[in-house]
Amino acid sequence: SVCMTNCPTLIVTVGLPARGKTYISKKLTRYLNWIGVPTREFNVGQYRRECVKIYKSFEFFRPDNEEGLKIRRQCASAALNDVRQYLTEDGGQVAVFDATNTTRERRDTIIQFAEQNGFKVFFVESVCEDPDVIQENIVQVKLGSPDYTNCNTEEAAEDFMKRIKCYENSYEPLDEVLDRDLSFIKIMDVGQRYLVNRVLDHIQSRIVYYLMNIHITPRSIYLCRHGESELNVNGRIGGDSGLTPRGKEFGKKLSQFLQTQGISDLKVWTSQMKRTIQTAESLSVPYEQWKVLNEIDAGVCEEMMYEEIQDHFPLEFALRDQDKYRYRYPKGESYEDLVQRLEPVIMELERQENVLVICHQAVMRCLLAYFLDKTAEELPYLKCPLHTVLKLTPVAYGCKVESISLNVDAVNTHRERPEVGISLEAHRRAHTHPQEDGSVWPDMAFSPRAFSSTGCTVQASAFLLTHGVNLTPNPQHSKHPTRK
Amino acid sequence: MIYSLKGTNQKKLTQTPLLKIWVPWMGCSLNRRRGSSVPQFCNSPTMIVMVGLPARGKTYISKKLTRYLNWIGVPTKMFNVGQYRREAVKIYKNFEFFKPDNEEAMKIRKACATAALKDVAAYFSKEQGQVAVFDATNTTRERRAIILSYAKERGYKVFFVESICDDPEIIAENIKQVKFGSPDYVDRDIDEALEDFSRRIECYRASYMPMDDEEDRKLSYIKIFDVGSRYLVNRVQDHIQSRIVYYLMNIHVTPRSIYLSRHGESELNLLGRIGGDSGLSPRGQKYANALATFIRGQNIRELKVWTSHMKRTIQTAEALGVQYEQWKALNEIDAGVCEELTYEEIQENFPEEFALRDQDKYRYRYPKGESYEDLVHRLEPVIMELERQENVLVVCHQAIFRCLLAYFLDKPADELPYLRCPLHTVLKLTPVAYGCKVESFFLNIEAVNTHRERPVNVDINRNPEEALLTVPEHV
Repeated sequence: SVCMTNCPTLIVTVGLPARGKTYISKKLTRYLNWIGVPTREFNVGQYRRECVKIYKSFEFFRPDNEEGLKIRRQCASAALNDVRQYLTEDGGQVAVFDATNTTRERRDTIIQFAEQNGFKVFFVESVCEDPDVIQENIVQVKLGSPDYTNCNTEEAAEDFMKRIKCYENSYEPLDEVLDRDLSFIKIMDVGQRYLVNRVLDHIQSRIVYYLMNIHITPRSIYLCRHGESELNVNGRIGGDSGLTPRGKEFGKKLSQFLQTQGISDLKVWTSQMKRTIQTAESLSVPYEQWKVLNEIDAGVCEEMMYEEIQDHFPLEFALRDQDKYRYRYPKGESYEDLVQRLEPVIMELERQENVLVICHQAVMRCLLAYFLDKTAEELPYLKCPLHTVLKLTPVAYGCKVESISLNVDAVNTHRERPEVGISLEAHRRAHTHPQEDGSVWPDMAFSPRAFSSTGCTVQASAFLLTHGVNLTPNPQHSKHPTRK
Repeated sequence: MIYSLKGTNQKKLTQTPLLKIWVPWMGCSLNRRRGSSVPQFCNSPTMIVMVGLPARGKTYISKKLTRYLNWIGVPTKMFNVGQYRREAVKIYKNFEFFKPDNEEAMKIRKACATAALKDVAAYFSKEQGQVAVFDATNTTRERRAIILSYAKERGYKVFFVESICDDPEIIAENIKQVKFGSPDYVDRDIDEALEDFSRRIECYRASYMPMDDEEDRKLSYIKIFDVGSRYLVNRVQDHIQSRIVYYLMNIHVTPRSIYLSRHGESELNLLGRIGGDSGLSPRGQKYANALATFIRGQNIRELKVWTSHMKRTIQTAEALGVQYEQWKALNEIDAGVCEELTYEEIQENFPEEFALRDQDKYRYRYPKGESYEDLVHRLEPVIMELERQENVLVVCHQAIFRCLLAYFLDKPADELPYLRCPLHTVLKLTPVAYGCKVESFFLNIEAVNTHRERPVNVDINRNPEEALLTVPEHV
């Protein structure tokens, strides 16, 4: 069947148990969603657990267990069905089919399924024979699995090793020759070596680049904002001001904190704005400045207070609350733009080991959303207070977060999502005569670029204003952060 | 790397006037302090060592990689051992020179490799180079061992790039594209040259030891099979190697053309104002229509059209009547506080900034704005995607156009901001041999000139007249 360039992609994992397939699936899914590619993982083991409520032992996986095989085949079919639903009806762009898929027969079934539905297929195989790595995998994620809740550690480990054995005899790894027409990456020994075959398009190229940059060496990432700045204290957004005395105090406390952490070989990154650099200066260690870590550009609203924005640009202010992720300040940026410019930072964070990133509120929200798998809706409202360090440590399939407040007072710069009573769409539908002279139309000297991608027109908003729908949140209820 | 002073004495921060980088003290050596928009990832110098039989694309890859790395700001130089050989042995007779039993020739070839290695060392130690691409066959383990130990002694990292190809059509095409024109074959006819070159390849084949999964498992390398159909990547050590691998995996040799054009003349262009987000002037609209006619006449297969997010490029693309993709990264350089000013106004309000810009137009960053150097950084994903794509028309802006053009035509940073990119002119770039053929099409619709040459006097104390000497005419 003919596959156009934007047809959905089915990523298929391949490999024996405990080779990191689910780890890779989850991480890849998280990355793709963060960069704006709707992605979902489908873990066949999960389907099996729902089907076979109680896991007894490895015997379920024996190749001669007909009953077991039947159930496992059904589970794979059910998962593929959900994949089809997700990619064709639910707006999904990429589906990650996470299972062993160790036989050529099973993979052929999947390839046929994909062809019938017009999906591109990309295989991700993980091959590893290092017993230490496999052991560590088992300890990190298998012992805590629902399958082994009632077993002690030794029993679980022993059973799991026997489970792996069940697959070994029938395992047909992807082959350079036999599978030369397929698109795949073979990851060997946790990233020592890669074999990449027939990358077809942009998304596959990005996936390969990402997979080749991630690692599993234990490390921690520290995220914090600059110390409190002069503009923070005046309740103004953006700008390029210096630290207040309390902000400088934070710098000192940060330096002490890092020393107690005893981190080997810590890299320190800042933006190119004065307040992050001043903060880094207190640490007396080398640091790197990244322009892309600069705070979100608020365009015409730079250095304004929220009250001033409300006075001068009430429409903009309201539109931002409607969709804070996609809203772009006139002559400025959106959170969505931020994510795009931060992608190289994420890629380099994946490559690195211990890193401290001293950045800004909006930037920190974007980075945090990546590590903690937060949606675009949640991202702009993540709490990132001043003078608090977040320590992120990858563990199992996710990230442990420790929040460490360094006990230096600072203003609160967090503005909650205000209650916006009625949706624009509902109001537009309720009124049938949209033409009206806009008498309370704000000065649109700048080009209104509020809705870059959500499709709402500016005319609709003007209409709503003239019909008295109060889009501007009541100042008393607007939850402005308190300030001096 | 920006280093701070140890100790309790916190220096005040000041912003460097040209780069707009905050630094702890003034009077530091600004040359050392790159303070660029990209962190400097290279610590030890890196040697990229090509491996492969003749006509496998080693020089093509070397040149392209060198061009890319220099463009993104990593000082890189290519060392082609064949070139050294041509200097040592003035006249090339025939393939017999390359016979494995030709002791005399072997001596010369070894000496050439050694001379090239010496120059690599000089490039790293005396010219602040960061990457050296060592372009030769390097087909024996013995030769590679020599290079490895040379590098090890001096603390250089080594990354091998091996190109393996047995498709006779591809090899024949390579020979046709680059060997026939080589100085070695300047006096031969095509058949002679082909015959001789084939026998040359045979000379290497018997002793060729490709990089081996087992034997070379400790080395860092990428093996490219059949012009990118398959890759084997082993032990990527660091950021720069990871970027190199990503780049190599995205380039291709399928014939195609890239069309570069600016938006049609805009209202602000007419007024001599920079930046902003204005619409097309009547002449600009005419250009958009002419562009549509031109593109249709080119009969391009599966053309992709890209614009920025700014009104003037989108209006231009709209006239084409085809789908187009908007890239924010293609937006014009942000002139910060100078947005929508004329050069005269900039001279009047920010005379020092105006002079600094003339002093180093590539690195100069507008206050609250960007520099050309920043532009290159944000255009890198565009270049990467252009490499992946085939036929593309990019409708963009003057500064953007200059950056993209500099990449394709290998122009250095000091020339980039002065490349001529007039309105209403389409450039058609077609990769050929080791470079790019450029065809320029002026679509016969008048437009203002927006090109400002570097004035003679760039001192901050110059007279306004001296500063404004090269400003193009406007309303």
